[in-house]
Amino acid sequence: MSDALTLAARDGRHVTDEAASSPLAIRGLTVSYGQKPAIFSVDMTVEDGSMTAIIGPNGAGKSTLLKAALGIVPAVSGSATIYGTPLSKARDKIAYVPQRASVDWDFPTRVIDVVLMGMSRELGLLRPVRTRHRVRAIECLTRVGMQDFATRQIGQLSGGQQQRVFLARALAQGASLYLLDEPFAGVDAATEKAVIAVLKSLRDEGKTVVCVHHDLSTIGEYFTHAVLLNIRKVAEGPVAEAFTAETLQATYGGRLGLAQIEQLNLRAI
Amino acid sequence: MLFEALTFQLGYNATLVALGAALLGISAGATGTFLFLRKRALVSDAISHATLPGIGLAFIVMVAFGGDGRNLAGLLLGSALSAGLGLLAVQWISARTRLGEDAAIGAVLSVFFGAGIVLLTVIQTMDSGRQAGLEGFLLGATAGMLLSDALVIAIGGAAALALVVLFRRPMTLAAFDPGYAVAQGMNLQRIDLATMGLALGVTIIGLKVVGLILIVALLIIPAVSARFWTDRSDRMVVLAGVFGGLSGYVGAAISASAPALPTGPLIVLVAAALFGASLLIAPGRGVLAALIRHVGYRRQVHLRQGLLTLAQGLPIYENYTLRLLTRAGLARPDGVATEAGRAEAAKALRDEARWAMARQLQAHEAASALYDGLRPIATVLTADEIAEIDARLGPPKQVTA
Amino acid sequence: MGADFVVLSLVPLLIGTLAAVACALPGNFLLLRRQALIGDAISHVVLPGIVVAFLITSSVNSWAMLLGAGAAAIVAVALIEGISRLGRIEPGAAMGVVFTAMFAGGVLLLEMSDTSAVHLDVEHALYGNLESLIWIEATGWASLTDPEALAGLPPELARIALAALGIAIFTWVLWRPLAMATFDEGFAQAQGIPTVALGLGLVIAAAVAAVAAFDAVGSIIVIAMFICPPAAARMMTDRLGHQVAWSLGFAVLSAVMGYVLAGYGPIWLGGNDAVSAAGMIATVSGAILGLTCLYGPKRRSDVSNINSSAKH
Repeated sequence: MSDALTLAARDGRHVTDEAASSPLAIRGLTVSYGQKPAIFSVDMTVEDGSMTAIIGPNGAGKSTLLKAALGIVPAVSGSATIYGTPLSKARDKIAYVPQRASVDWDFPTRVIDVVLMGMSRELGLLRPVRTRHRVRAIECLTRVGMQDFATRQIGQLSGGQQQRVFLARALAQGASLYLLDEPFAGVDAATEKAVIAVLKSLRDEGKTVVCVHHDLSTIGEYFTHAVLLNIRKVAEGPVAEAFTAETLQATYGGRLGLAQIEQLNLRAI
Repeated sequence: MLFEALTFQLGYNATLVALGAALLGISAGATGTFLFLRKRALVSDAISHATLPGIGLAFIVMVAFGGDGRNLAGLLLGSALSAGLGLLAVQWISARTRLGEDAAIGAVLSVFFGAGIVLLTVIQTMDSGRQAGLEGFLLGATAGMLLSDALVIAIGGAAALALVVLFRRPMTLAAFDPGYAVAQGMNLQRIDLATMGLALGVTIIGLKVVGLILIVALLIIPAVSARFWTDRSDRMVVLAGVFGGLSGYVGAAISASAPALPTGPLIVLVAAALFGASLLIAPGRGVLAALIRHVGYRRQVHLRQGLLTLAQGLPIYENYTLRLLTRAGLARPDGVATEAGRAEAAKALRDEARWAMARQLQAHEAASALYDGLRPIATVLTADEIAEIDARLGPPKQVTA
Repeated sequence: MGADFVVLSLVPLLIGTLAAVACALPGNFLLLRRQALIGDAISHVVLPGIVVAFLITSSVNSWAMLLGAGAAAIVAVALIEGISRLGRIEPGAAMGVVFTAMFAGGVLLLEMSDTSAVHLDVEHALYGNLESLIWIEATGWASLTDPEALAGLPPELARIALAALGIAIFTWVLWRPLAMATFDEGFAQAQGIPTVALGLGLVIAAAVAAVAAFDAVGSIIVIAMFICPPAAARMMTDRLGHQVAWSLGFAVLSAVMGYVLAGYGPIWLGGNDAVSAAGMIATVSGAILGLTCLYGPKRRSDVSNINSSAKH
């Protein structure tokens, strides 16, 4: 690389075309809890209109990667851009679905109030909630099959129903990039089907979906792209390319037998 | 005068009180460690505030039966009963309702304390209540203490310490490894109850010396201070006992030489000073150590990341990284690697490649778990193991600028 | 209810009620954030804050006191956070270290400095002196429209009224971010809500309530009103707005009933001296909490324990 280009890069003027158009581009991101990196020097570029899975073993830093990209946990070094702009200018373009276990389900509120939280940026501090907002909230609940639960107390929901409410809240944000943290963890089969149907419909609308995912057997069926992560990024790209015996072995180490990997690999492709 | 107090030259009472406070401090520090390790430190705050209505009621009852309302043993018995009631209330609220233990503690301590204040104002209107001096229980007062009171404190402190020594094994086990304690056939609930009972005892004995508002400090601060110095629970108990004993002794001695000042705050401030020192200079968890570690760590991350970036021939985005590399003579200010930088970069890349290979090999699974992006592989694998990996990798690649 | 009531009881009743309301409002959010004991810590560190402010300015100027107490609250929260992060100490224990040490320091400073000229002592700090806040200039209900008599109102009333108003506005304006950050902090952060600053703002609001109330009613009422009315309200409903409304009702009820029982209760029982109003207000709030713990329709959680404690 020439010196001129290098200098330009340091001044921040130089942004590759790829990163500029990407819904989520991460450069050199390192995050630590205490003295141990959770992720180290991760670069990745999410393709526009893709459904991308972030996979890796437990403790590989999958959730941390999402949280750092959203500014929820501080990075030691590195940065993330959303459609080529810094995060602070792109909040409206992102919808985030945290892990279910991260919130207080005993909080005194109803399902529809949670979905309305997704509209908080357009409602601001004091603008009243109008009928059109409620109608939109019900529409979002309908998309996840929860329209009859609008006035239900959130503490009374099953795990799968909680996940659907979270998805409805993300839909209410009207974003173009959806970041989901383990949306299929601990949910029933019906919910898994409903959630993936909604995500696929989002993709059909031209939106981009990124999921932290842990079930290797469904990657090929659910996602177009995959990022393999284990503290460092091991591979990224279309599922068939990123998902090889080598990359899987490098991600999961001895934890997966070779035969198992080959089986998964075949199914994925 | 302080020197005289510290060397037991202020008379029999002051010496007894200082010894009693030291014994109390040791047992409070040790008991507090068990509470702290069971994450129930603040329950003792509810217990101590809940003593107040008991003190008031005991006074009223003793006067009603024609006795002296100020009898310390009687007052302490009353305080123990209402503190026990307060403890039950905390447990009932957090077990039977949706409220957390924190809310239960806050509710019990404020309500019991409020009720106690109501009783104190009732006592003030009684003929015998005008000089009751019950306010001394709020912040501790050892000045003008009767010999019998000083004896109660000294004996109580010794008794509490004896109980701590007696129960140390099961309490350590329950605090350190509750699962194992249960597997050993221990009744965790009963051990917890004993721990809380001991905390209650320390609180009651400490009422006159430290006062009910601040006695919780003697149960918490020495234990937390000890935590900064060691990760082992048995050492923590001893260390907390030392801190607590020192606080009680020095605080009571200062108080004996300055009778106008309340004893409780003095003892607590000595404990707080010991804590402050621990917070700053303790080697593992201390602030200074953490600061030094953090700066070094950030440097390490940026250097390593910079070298890997150089190795891949990519531009360096962050100014801090570049500064570090230039200062180490690994890169020129314009971001191009020097000779030494190329060599270091090649080494870093080689290390990464070795790690990547090691993590694919089932034989090195345990070592692979130690991978964190920074640790050189030579620190976890032997030279011949690395040679084995190198053989699989093939010859090293050259890094070009 | 004639002139006597206006002179002796009207102002203490108003101050007690406003103090209860000012504390209960932030108390609702502290309770839901599992930070109920922050209220306890704050009410303890208000004392050193006020004493230091007094020593620096050598006056009992209420703004200096407010600043001193606010600064002490921030220092306390920063210390608690710092100790629990750096030493990896459980926040409850860190809190116990910080507020007892600061309170002890405040008591000693107070005892060692000459504050005899001003209204500042430890007992006062603990249980206030609500009964002494009488309206001497008043002659009856008509005084409420008499500017001269109104000028003679105890200054504590204006202070607590201002604090209550400020806290009500704070709660109203930041209702949505507060609710979101309390329910789902990660989501709130992803939406660009500065949750750390918001949490600090809540602590400062609580400190303002504590210092304004502390002046008139002492710290027991402050702790009791931070926790008991919101906790009792949580037993009554499953909606945030309703919970806050219930808590305000319980706060007012505790203040009024507590004041009346303290003033007239002993007389009804044949005695002739009133008992501590602050203590009685705390006791009544405890009785209300006890009743709702036994009979409140929503006293139990729908969520299994594992789920509801997952936040920590």
